Amino acid sequence: MTDVITNILICGIGGQGVMTAAEILAQTAMAQGFDCKKSEIAGMAQRGGVVTSHVRFGRKVWSPVITPGTADLLVAFELAESSRWADHLRPGGVALVNTIRLAPPIVSSGLYHYPADPLAQMRAAGVPVIEVDAGTIARDLGNLRLVNTIMLGAIADHLPFPAPLLEEQIVGRFRERKPAMVEINQRAFEAGRLAARQGSAAPVRQAV
Amino acid sequence: MSAAVEALPNTRLLLSGNDAIARGVWEAGASIATAYPGTPSTEILETLALYPDLYAEWSVNEKVALEVAIGGAMSGARAFCAMKHVGLNVASDALMTITVSGVVGGLVIAVADDVGLSSSQNEQDSRYWGRFAHLPILEPADSQEAYEMVKEAFALSEACNTPVLLRLTTRVCHVKAVVEIGTRVAHPVPGFTPDPRRWVMAPANAKGLLPAQIAREGKLRALAETSPLNRIEDGQDHRIGFITSGPAYLHLRECFPNAPVLKLGFSYPVPVGLVSKFAATVGQMVVVEETEPLIETELRAAGIPRLHGKDLLPRLGELTPAVLLPAVHGLVGEPLPPGAVYPSSNPFPRPPTMCPACPHMGVYFALSRLRKQVLISGDIGCYTLGAGQPWNALDTTISMGASMGIALGMDKARGESGRDKAVVAVIGDSTFLHMGMQGLLDIVYNRGNVTAILLDNRTTGMTGGQHHPGTGKSLKGETAPRIDFAKLVEALGVAPERIRSVDSYQLPVVYKTIKEEIAIPEPSVIITTRPCALSEFFERQPPYRVIEETCTGCGNCLKVGCPAISVQRTDTRTRSDGSSAELKYVTIDAAMCTGCRMCVESCGPKAITVAQPVAVV
Repeated sequence: MTDVITNILICGIGGQGVMTAAEILAQTAMAQGFDCKKSEIAGMAQRGGVVTSHVRFGRKVWSPVITPGTADLLVAFELAESSRWADHLRPGGVALVNTIRLAPPIVSSGLYHYPADPLAQMRAAGVPVIEVDAGTIARDLGNLRLVNTIMLGAIADHLPFPAPLLEEQIVGRFRERKPAMVEINQRAFEAGRLAARQGSAAPVRQAV
Repeated sequence: MSAAVEALPNTRLLLSGNDAIARGVWEAGASIATAYPGTPSTEILETLALYPDLYAEWSVNEKVALEVAIGGAMSGARAFCAMKHVGLNVASDALMTITVSGVVGGLVIAVADDVGLSSSQNEQDSRYWGRFAHLPILEPADSQEAYEMVKEAFALSEACNTPVLLRLTTRVCHVKAVVEIGTRVAHPVPGFTPDPRRWVMAPANAKGLLPAQIAREGKLRALAETSPLNRIEDGQDHRIGFITSGPAYLHLRECFPNAPVLKLGFSYPVPVGLVSKFAATVGQMVVVEETEPLIETELRAAGIPRLHGKDLLPRLGELTPAVLLPAVHGLVGEPLPPGAVYPSSNPFPRPPTMCPACPHMGVYFALSRLRKQVLISGDIGCYTLGAGQPWNALDTTISMGASMGIALGMDKARGESGRDKAVVAVIGDSTFLHMGMQGLLDIVYNRGNVTAILLDNRTTGMTGGQHHPGTGKSLKGETAPRIDFAKLVEALGVAPERIRSVDSYQLPVVYKTIKEEIAIPEPSVIITTRPCALSEFFERQPPYRVIEETCTGCGNCLKVGCPAISVQRTDTRTRSDGSSAELKYVTIDAAMCTGCRMCVESCGPKAITVAQPVAVV
């Protein structure tokens, strides 16, 4: 194992499953023998506020916080939230964005406007952006709660361990408690992987 | 549920600091654990409740929680108590005297500071209590240390006859990290032995114990000098040595991997001798502590030279790498490492909202209609959000239960601007039982003209839904006596005809009831009866939808503040007098709507109706 630390910043809105996705990712990393830290400041976020979760793993992780300019992956569960955290990406880091638009009441009531293309600034700065329409994929699969698994599938080819390990971590959770959900989650995971490949113009980092 | 509860000894688990502390408390053989919920400490007791062979309770407030733990420790039990930073302000009356008496069984108080202020009303540094109460402070940096130190704290408490404070921060409580757990060692409880000179703190007895308390601090100081919790980690670059405590240590090691570090886990009393020894090996020193300069001040007083601290670092917030690096790099004149390369943007704020079907919305809808006629003193809970959009119906929030006393003070200090206004106090059920009822008693006793609205949603909402004496259940989910709020406030002296119960969903009734009660110059209490939409007592109903052809775009439903309702399109209408009005045509998100009907109540043209059954997934 090298001294390289993998930094993954997951962002979204309270209630979207950001913390669950981070938990699954962290558990997978730990099962590979990595030291791992997962950090979030939820605070009042369960009431629809901004949520971020920092996942860091490697041989030895010190700070639980990802410093701006050092994230390998920015995983946004909501379109506009991606732009809020773009400064955390390192040069060459990849943004993986669920293209769903969730306008808070403060926007729908007209006090603020939702930007037409929240990804424009990132693209202009040269960030490789991969768009995943996880909401539509979930609806096609018949269950909106699959967004989480779809997003994890989408990042699976951007991790320093093979995708099936992550898939097994997700599926294993259902196998015990809800076996009926195993197959649909496998399909969601694969659909997310495929969508990320199709939504990606940038070369995919190889699993090591 | 924490994976640690059922895990075998010597397994490695990914645990939050809170879960790690719970495991440590249980392994230490504690038999009593108490708390009042408070972010970021809440999950410690929620997890402890799952362990066997241990009594765990939600107490009504932190002072009572500490007193229950004190009773346990007096009886020889190992006792644990958890609270957030502001909770220790409430509990401090008990703390300041039990620290004179000392303990029999170990007494450990975990106090969680909200460094970074994500879910609190202030950002105070609980390490001051160590100086104030002459007791030791242990400061873990991560989950593994939190787990180990809480066990260490029990031993230290018994060895030195002192309560011990375990100082946590949000970054310790809520970060998950790898922990290797161990085995429980039972700690027998001998029971209480009467000893009035020790336990009856009348002046003569207390006076007799004070010298021992001061002597104890000297003993603790000597222990801190040699404690393995305080260690020097050498590095190759001796230009700067760092002295640090808590999670700041982790950020520091991240930024300066080659620097020597003196890590203080047993951070009060400050081991000045150890610092002097460290000072001899490095050029300059920087004290890296969150938030107040406590260690730094003592080192300066001791004459430690070449010392930096808050001259470089902020006194507020976390000392993350993004803060530390630029602050310290200037000392040795090296260029900064590259920071962010990409710009970020803040398209719009995303303030927390109330949940669909939250009963608080019904009350705030009514209060916002009466806004010009009332002063509204608020309290701490989800309903603090009433200060925000679209209600703007809260004037004050200070501390737990303060809505009552502040309302009375406003009533007694009516100036020119308040002469024609009514004073309303808004408080939740858990907060009322915590510290609000004394304030109401004061209003009654002193003939205040205040209308108190008691938002009984049958849970402690903001911290994630914990039980209290008004829910009918205990921490462990067992049936418990359920307090009757109407009888309680009547017993506090409110006239029976001035105690009103309302269903928050009946918007016109809520409005009318508030209007009636504020017109009467006596103390009155309006109790709302709908449960929290996230609680086990809530019954979800089929969703509603907007009939597009009937919606007139008046926007009245938006004033309820439900996050399931949003504007679909806007239009401008010209009134007969030539002025223009913006029309907002709305839609309801059927997946979010839980059928509370508050929007239906608010809709004049009756444009909201039950949605067609939709597939539930």
